[in-house]
Amino acid sequence: MKMRRIGALALLACLVMALAGCGGEKKESKGQVKIFNWGEYIDEEVIEQFEEETGIEVVYDTFETNEAMYPIIEAGGVAYDAICPSDYMIEKLIANDLLAELDLDNIPNVKYISEGIMEGSKTFDPENKYSVPYTFGTLGILYNTELIDDEIDSWEALWNEEYKGNILMYNSPRDLFVAPLEILGYSINTTDEAQLDEAKELLLAQKPLLQRYVMDQIKDSMISGSASIAMCYSGEVLQLQSSNPDLKYVVPKEGSNYFIDSWVIPANAENKENAEAWINFLNRPEIALKNFEYITYSTPNTGAQALMDEELLKNPAVFPGEDVLSKCEVFHSLGTDGDALFNDLWLQIKDAQ
Amino acid sequence: MGKRSLAAPYIVWMAGFIVIPLLFVFYYGLTDRSGAFTLENLAAIASPEKVSALLRSLKLSVLSTGICLILAYPLAMILKGLHVKKGSFVVFLFILPMWMNFLLRTMAWQTLLDRNGVINSILAFFRLPGINIINTQAAIVFGMVYNFLPFMVLPIYNVLIKIGDDTVEAARDLGADGIQTFFRVIFPLSMPGIVSGITMVFVPALTTFVISDLLGGGMVLLIGNVIEQEFTFTANWNLGSGLSLVLMVFILISMVLFAKYDRDGEGAVV
Repeated sequence: MKMRRIGALALLACLVMALAGCGGEKKESKGQVKIFNWGEYIDEEVIEQFEEETGIEVVYDTFETNEAMYPIIEAGGVAYDAICPSDYMIEKLIANDLLAELDLDNIPNVKYISEGIMEGSKTFDPENKYSVPYTFGTLGILYNTELIDDEIDSWEALWNEEYKGNILMYNSPRDLFVAPLEILGYSINTTDEAQLDEAKELLLAQKPLLQRYVMDQIKDSMISGSASIAMCYSGEVLQLQSSNPDLKYVVPKEGSNYFIDSWVIPANAENKENAEAWINFLNRPEIALKNFEYITYSTPNTGAQALMDEELLKNPAVFPGEDVLSKCEVFHSLGTDGDALFNDLWLQIKDAQ
Repeated sequence: MGKRSLAAPYIVWMAGFIVIPLLFVFYYGLTDRSGAFTLENLAAIASPEKVSALLRSLKLSVLSTGICLILAYPLAMILKGLHVKKGSFVVFLFILPMWMNFLLRTMAWQTLLDRNGVINSILAFFRLPGINIINTQAAIVFGMVYNFLPFMVLPIYNVLIKIGDDTVEAARDLGADGIQTFFRVIFPLSMPGIVSGITMVFVPALTTFVISDLLGGGMVLLIGNVIEQEFTFTANWNLGSGLSLVLMVFILISMVLFAKYDRDGEGAVV
């Protein structure tokens, strides 16, 4: 779902350490805050600014996937104060009592978070008491208007014979199954074997039309025009459009998946108040805007949205709008049996010639 | 005694990176998630899509091993015939690409073979028909042959250069013609190199999942992909290990089949 780059992070880590080194001498230290975030998921200047303003020293580490982050938090070897996992992983963290309740009095800026996203968060954090949304995005269809004349608004476009050999689908089972399940009108979190079988049949019928199943290579193929239509997560769309302005992104009318990455505080945090100050700082509108401009994943911060260009707000990749979001579902963790079921069906699809 | 102690680092290496991991694979492969003994992970290979993935892997890896052998043997003969310095230069040319990362080279072929890729652009410029093998089994075989060819050339070359000119001359003296010399002297003597080459190509080709993902575009399922998926998506290490054990059996069978030719171990690479 997200591209992470390690090189820049090593640099960032050095920078943070250097800052921490000289910061201590200049002003009275207000302690530390240990942050654990996705790689390339913040504008570095924001960290600097936070340290200058609050005098709190930031220790900043990054992770590559939710699955890699989880065991570190579970083991508790490093007591992080604030982490930024995705929806279904927050659900798992809450279920295993690994999170602390937030004191929202310390995070007044939570008022800027859009209501729709707060509502969506309830699927994994039913009372909105553990998490503050940071970014969100949708799964949709990216297509090249130079190569495709039709106006696309449905997942069924990915089954259109006219685009044979030019269609790309995700090479990961949960994302892949969103398209057929939405066409059939089933939940993307279903574990009903009959429903999933129907979805599998659709995907089997689609396979001869595909160019290939891919992940990150979608970007290259869509930019170069060697594929004309693909499933795509919205977070990367702005960057793709800047490389190829003919690309258009749409969230299909049937609905789709959307994800929310939120800040949470682990139960074993040692600097909970500092972590709350951190989360509050990130939700100051100018700061949220600055971060958005750097990472290009949609921000749920209405304060930041108010500061943006009209043009940007109209881009469905950046802001899908409430009516679209209301049709979208967040992924739930399906457990080992659910994952095994998806995997079996997926192998059958991949095995077909 | 003194000499033996020099082997200590090697033993540590063997234990830490070969024996212990292998024991882990056996442990995981023969237990379920709760840690109880089970053979289910091995039996899981019997499901239709896994059997067909395994057969497909066998087919493609046998095919690429065969192509590698057909390409490598004449090449090794030519190299043997060259002046020593020239010969080692050509061998050097063969090793040179291996200085670059295997993944990078495979990704480069993805770009080269792409429908709007470099090769097709050049062909189109000369108004020649394009080649369209990307995302097919043919592309996978191509990728395997490209990546593993040096592993076939080097062991054969190493064995061939050890066959002295006097041996060949003796055969000719005793009345064998060129063809007879080749089939009755050179070829049998080079058998250890061939066996070693076949093993070095067949094993990685049988287990690969990267080549099928990059050049096969995820459209062709190999047994390596099935196993990879158990680790990366379902996080079922037990099933993944169990399937790896089954695959290991196929590799062992292929090695036993050829082992009798390799008694002297002369085919050891480089």
